[in-house]
Amino acid sequence: MIQQATPVEVAHLSKRFGSVQAVHDLSFTAQPGRVTGFLGPNGSGKTTTLGMVLGLLHPDSGTATIGGTPYTELDHPALTVGSALSASFHPAHTGRAHLDIVRRAIGVPASRVDDTLALVGLEAAAARKTGTYSLGMRQRLALAAALLGDPQVLLLDEPINGLDPEGIRWIRLFLRHLASEGKTVLLSSHLLSEVQQTVDDVVVIRRGELAFAGTLAELQQGDGERTVLVSAADRPGLAHALQQAGAQVHGVRGETMRVSGIEPATVGEIALGAGIALSHLSVEESELEQSFLDLIDGGSANQAAGPASTASASSPTHAPSSATPREGGAR
Amino acid sequence: MSDSRVIRSLSSEWRKVRSTKLWWILAIVIAAYSAFIASMFAFMFSAMGDMLTGSAAGAPQLPAQDTANMVYSSVSAFGYVVPLLLGAVMATGELRHRTLGLTFTLEPRRGLVLLSKTAVLIVFGVLLGAAGLLGAVGAGAAVTAATGGDPMLGSGETWAVIARVLAALGIWAVIGFGIGVLVRNQAIAIVIALVFTQFVEPLLRTGAQFWDWSAQIAKFLPGAATDAFVGASVMNNLSSLDPSVPQGANGLGIWAGFAVLLAYAVAAVVAGWLLRWRRDVA
Repeated sequence: MIQQATPVEVAHLSKRFGSVQAVHDLSFTAQPGRVTGFLGPNGSGKTTTLGMVLGLLHPDSGTATIGGTPYTELDHPALTVGSALSASFHPAHTGRAHLDIVRRAIGVPASRVDDTLALVGLEAAAARKTGTYSLGMRQRLALAAALLGDPQVLLLDEPINGLDPEGIRWIRLFLRHLASEGKTVLLSSHLLSEVQQTVDDVVVIRRGELAFAGTLAELQQGDGERTVLVSAADRPGLAHALQQAGAQVHGVRGETMRVSGIEPATVGEIALGAGIALSHLSVEESELEQSFLDLIDGGSANQAAGPASTASASSPTHAPSSATPREGGAR
Repeated sequence: MSDSRVIRSLSSEWRKVRSTKLWWILAIVIAAYSAFIASMFAFMFSAMGDMLTGSAAGAPQLPAQDTANMVYSSVSAFGYVVPLLLGAVMATGELRHRTLGLTFTLEPRRGLVLLSKTAVLIVFGVLLGAAGLLGAVGAGAAVTAATGGDPMLGSGETWAVIARVLAALGIWAVIGFGIGVLVRNQAIAIVIALVFTQFVEPLLRTGAQFWDWSAQIAKFLPGAATDAFVGASVMNNLSSLDPSVPQGANGLGIWAGFAVLLAYAVAAVVAGWLLRWRRDVA
């Protein structure tokens, strides 16, 4: 069977709940063959957006399509898109009963239930009631339900939350494997660190609005250069020498100065030239997380024209309109 | 597998009801409850018949067919709360356990899901009716025979009553479903079902008999319509024995009763569809 590429396209989606603008003019595309991370803090509109993609919530305006067709109008919606929006089950149903209900609804053979239970590692718990499951087991069962129909598109809401380290490693490899087969994988998370080893592309949403859409690498470079942490006995002298060389010194944290606009190797050379012995030299670890946090805080870091326009230049389907975030606090 | 979305949806909803113990616990409950009430009536009417014929000459004796109808129809006259509860619990369970979103994801045609659930609940309502009849006919016929009466199991009319009992309980499951969809909160839906059937409606039906105008209205109550449809019930028959009861209490006929009962079910499900079912699912 030829599997056609099926992108998930969200265009100018808006949704208001009473006085709360949950999603505002949101546009992005999850591409086939790639894992797209849909990121944002809790309450930023991720689940609302996925609910609209699946036709559970009616958008006030805008569209969401699967390969060009709204989900509710697909001939075989649940065979095309496997979704796990909440790891919620009837607590008195066994894991196997839950999957049997799902597989009857989408019309796949009963044998798929056991296959899928084995795939997610739940065989031993299949006869237990879901009310006794741990969060990690519930995540596995929700994923199994999404995978039953061997769908071309996977939409997963916070699928990693609650998994043990082994489960996280497994789902990373598994989702990457699915993407390598040409499938479209869209997963949400409120933690970038949780998915950064899994995703190719990143869509960051803040207060219902797009803050960034692009590749992970573009998000990484979004702030420009890396921040270098450096320390020496003669910190004022070192700071002076670095500033002379054109670097920005951002002040001292403990004994360590944060320096940007310069490569670590150059810092070492400048220190050597100035005759100052370094006691510490490193690159700030959390810079990816930091640029993510800057984005979702809505701070000045996202004069986002930078990252977002890079994104739209490299792949035209990434929404460019997101670039200008609203004034902080505006709704 | 099956290519039909209708069959897939029905199959999934069927499996959903079968996936918990609720339906067979309710089947045991209605069987035991019906057996108890039917045997009580069978005894009461045979004993009453004996006393009535024994005392004053010309006192009416209930014919064997009427006794049999009344004994067997105790399943619908008293047990209708059971399919009502099943319908209400099945409707609210998906909200309580937050699985309705998954259901609508698997089949986005919500109207189809609504109709599948309705159809499945009709079948389970009929099954609960069958369980109740097992109890009522088993115990009632045994007591009737033991007290020297004729259980009338060879009579076509008896079997027509039995068939109408089954249909009535199927419809009651749908009424419960509609109420569950409208009320949404499972505990409240269960309380409403119990309070209305066990307290409010019996009180209204009894109280309404004091005036002709209120009796005319009360026969449109769902329980009264059920009794009229099934064609025999304690309340209707007692009033025919008691000349002080107004004529209006005679109730609707079989088919008018059926139409009124069906109207309740349709109204509940249509209201659920219009007010709740098409809305956003969080």
